[in-house]
Amino acid sequence: MTLPRRGLRAIAALSIAVCLSAACSNADSSSPEGASSGGTYNIWDPYPQFDDSSDWVKLLTKCGTDAGVTVKRTGYDTTDLTNKALLAAQQGNSPDVLIVDNPVVSTLAEAGVLNTTDATAGIEPNLLAAGQQDGKTYGIPIGANTLALYYNKKVLDAAKVDPATVKDWASLTAALEKVKAAGKKGITFSAIGTEEGSFQFLPWFWGSGAQLTQLDSAQGVAALTLWTDWLKNGLAPNSVLNNTQTTSWQEFATGDYAFSENGTWQLANAKKAGFEYGIIPIPSQAGGTAPAPTGGEFVTTPVQTDTKRYDTTAKLVACLSSADNALTTDTTLSYVAATAAVQDKQVAANPDLKVWVEAVKAAKGRTSDNLGTKYPKISEPLWTAFQSALSGGKSPADALKAAQTTAASATK
Amino acid sequence: MTRAEAAPAAPARAAKRRSGQWAAWAFLAPVVIYLIAFYAYPLYRNLDLSLRHYTVRSFVQGDAPFSGLDNYRTVVDNATFWPEFLHTVAFTGVSLVFQFSIGMALAVFFAQNFRLSATLRALFLVPWLLPLIVSASTWSWMLNSDSGVVNFALRSVGIDPVNWLTSPSWALTSVIIANVWIGIPFNLVVLYSGLQSIPSEIYEAAALDGANGWQRFWRVTFPLLRPVSAITLLLGLVYTLKVFDIIWIMTKGGPTDASTTFATWSYKLSFGTLVPQFGPGAAVGNLLIIMALIFGLLYIRMQRKQVS
Repeated sequence: MTLPRRGLRAIAALSIAVCLSAACSNADSSSPEGASSGGTYNIWDPYPQFDDSSDWVKLLTKCGTDAGVTVKRTGYDTTDLTNKALLAAQQGNSPDVLIVDNPVVSTLAEAGVLNTTDATAGIEPNLLAAGQQDGKTYGIPIGANTLALYYNKKVLDAAKVDPATVKDWASLTAALEKVKAAGKKGITFSAIGTEEGSFQFLPWFWGSGAQLTQLDSAQGVAALTLWTDWLKNGLAPNSVLNNTQTTSWQEFATGDYAFSENGTWQLANAKKAGFEYGIIPIPSQAGGTAPAPTGGEFVTTPVQTDTKRYDTTAKLVACLSSADNALTTDTTLSYVAATAAVQDKQVAANPDLKVWVEAVKAAKGRTSDNLGTKYPKISEPLWTAFQSALSGGKSPADALKAAQTTAASATK
Repeated sequence: MTRAEAAPAAPARAAKRRSGQWAAWAFLAPVVIYLIAFYAYPLYRNLDLSLRHYTVRSFVQGDAPFSGLDNYRTVVDNATFWPEFLHTVAFTGVSLVFQFSIGMALAVFFAQNFRLSATLRALFLVPWLLPLIVSASTWSWMLNSDSGVVNFALRSVGIDPVNWLTSPSWALTSVIIANVWIGIPFNLVVLYSGLQSIPSEIYEAAALDGANGWQRFWRVTFPLLRPVSAITLLLGLVYTLKVFDIIWIMTKGGPTDASTTFATWSYKLSFGTLVPQFGPGAAVGNLLIIMALIFGLLYIRMQRKQVS
C-alpha cells in the first residue's frame, strides 16, 4: 500500500516543482495590464543595433502612444528571429507585430503563423512579391536594400578605366583585366556557403537570364563560369569562398580593390573608407541593369488567439508604414523606401541614393515567382554548386547539374 | 530514508514517518527536477523530434505525424553521409592523437620543474582562456588565402601559398590544426597533474636499475598514467565530437562540404537554411550522442577490467 502512495506523492511533488520552474502560471504576458488604457503590444524586430534612444525605437513608442497602447519592443539577431518566431507561435505567444527578413515571410506564412494584409497601396509590386504566395499578401515591406558595385575611383583612374564604360559582363571583365595589369586587384564579393553567398550570386545568375527553376541552364552555367574565370585568372581573390559581405567589404576598404559587390548598408562605411568611391548598378550579361535580389524586412502581423487585438495592431502597422515614418525608418536603416513617393523624397534629400533606387526598381525578391518555401531548397544546392565550382572541385556545368538534381528532388 | 527505523504502527510514529517521507522528497526534488528539466526532457524532445516528420507548419501546430526511422533513413541515404562521417572520425581522431601526444610531451617536459617553468606553463594555457570566437576568428584571419599571415610567411620563404580555408583538400586540415592548438592546454593540465601523483621513489628505483630517460617514460610514466590518460582521452573525445564553433566560424563547413562534421551538419539542417529541417537535424544530433555513448561504455568496461 505504501509504495503506490509514495509514487503518487512523488508525482504530485514533482509536477508542482516542474510547474514552478517552468512558470506554468496562467498569467498571459500579452493580456491587457491596465497601465495604459489599451494594454501592452509586443513588437519584435531584427535590429538589435538600435537601443531605446534610437529614432527607430522612438518611432515605435510614438506609434504605440498614438494608438493608445504601450509598445514593448524586442530586438533579435536576424538569424535568430526565424526560429524565435516559430517557437513563439508553437507556444502561442507570438508578438503582435513581427518585422522579419523578406525571404522568411513565406516560411512563416507556410507555417500558418501570419495574417494576410491588404493595406498594400502604393507599394512597388516587385518588392511586395517576396511576401506574396498563391495570391495572398502576408506583409508590407518596410524598405528595401539590394546590391550594386562600389568602385574605388583612384584604382580605376590608375588603370585608365572609365566606370561609365562598364555596361555588360565583357566590359566589366575587361576593366578588371586592366586593373590587374596596372598592379591592383579586381573585385571582391561574398561566395560563402550560406544564404549570404546565394544573395550575392543571384544578380549574376538572373543577369544571364537564368531562372531558379532551372539551375543548370546554359545561362546559369554562363553566370557561374564568369565567377570561376575571375578566380582562375586572378581577377577576384580566392578568399571570396570564405567571405561574408562584411569581410568582402573589409578587403575593398584596404583600397587595393577596384570593385566590390555590396549593399546599401555599406554607404556609411564607404564614406569612412578614406578614398573616393562611386556606385554603378550590377550589369547583366547582355548589358543593362541586372535584377539583384531584394533585401530588407517586412512588417507582418502574427496570428493571435485574441482577435480583438487586431484593430490596434492594424493601427500600429499603418503608423509604421505611413509615408513620413517610412522616410525616417529608411533613413535610419539606410534603406530605399518601398513606395515611389517616398523614394522620390529620398533622392531629393540625398542624390547619392539615385543609383540605389534604380537598382531596387530592377530588383526581384528571392521568394518571388510564387517560389515561396521552395526557394530555400533551391538556394542551398545553388550555394553548394558555386562553392564546388569556385574551389575547383567540379566544372560549373557539372556543379549546376548536380545542384539541379538536388533542387528538383527537394522541391518535388 | 526512514525505512530503517520504521517500527510497528503507533499512530504518532506513522505521522512522523509520513512527514519524514515528505522531507526526503523535498530534499530529493531539486536534483530530480534539475535532471528532468535539463537532461531527461531535452533528450526526450530530441528523440521525439527525430522520429517525427516536421514541416514548419506541423512544428507550430504540434501535430507532426510519427514517421519512425524515416529521418534517420533520409540522413544515412544522403550522399554526404559517409563523407561527413569520415570527416567526423578524421577530425576527432587526428585532433585527439595530436592533442594528447603534444600535451603529454609538454607535461613531461614541465614536470622537470626548471626555472620559469611555471610561467611557461601558464602561457600554454592561453588558448584555453580565450573565448572560442576569438581564437577561431584569429585562426580564420591568419589562414586567409590572400591576406593571411601564414601565406605571407610561406611566400617570403619561397613556398607557394596554400588556400587553407577555401580549398577542399586543405579545409579539414586547417580546422584540425586550430582544434589541436585549442585542445593542447586541457591535455597538458590533466596529464601534468597526473604526473604529480607518481611517487618519485619509483623513478629513483628505475634509475638505479639503469633505465634511461626513454625507458623511464615507457616503463614507468606511461603505464602509471594509464587511468588519467584514459579519462583525458574520453573527455577529449566527447569535446571533440561535438566541436561546432571552430568549424562554423572558420569555414562554415565548406568549401562545399569539405570540412562539415556531424556537429555542423546537424546545425546546418536545423538552423542553417531559411526552412529549418528539425527532424533530420535532430537525427544527426542523436547519432553524435550514440557515438559518444559507445566510447563512454567502452571506457567503463575498461575501468572495470582494470579494477578486477
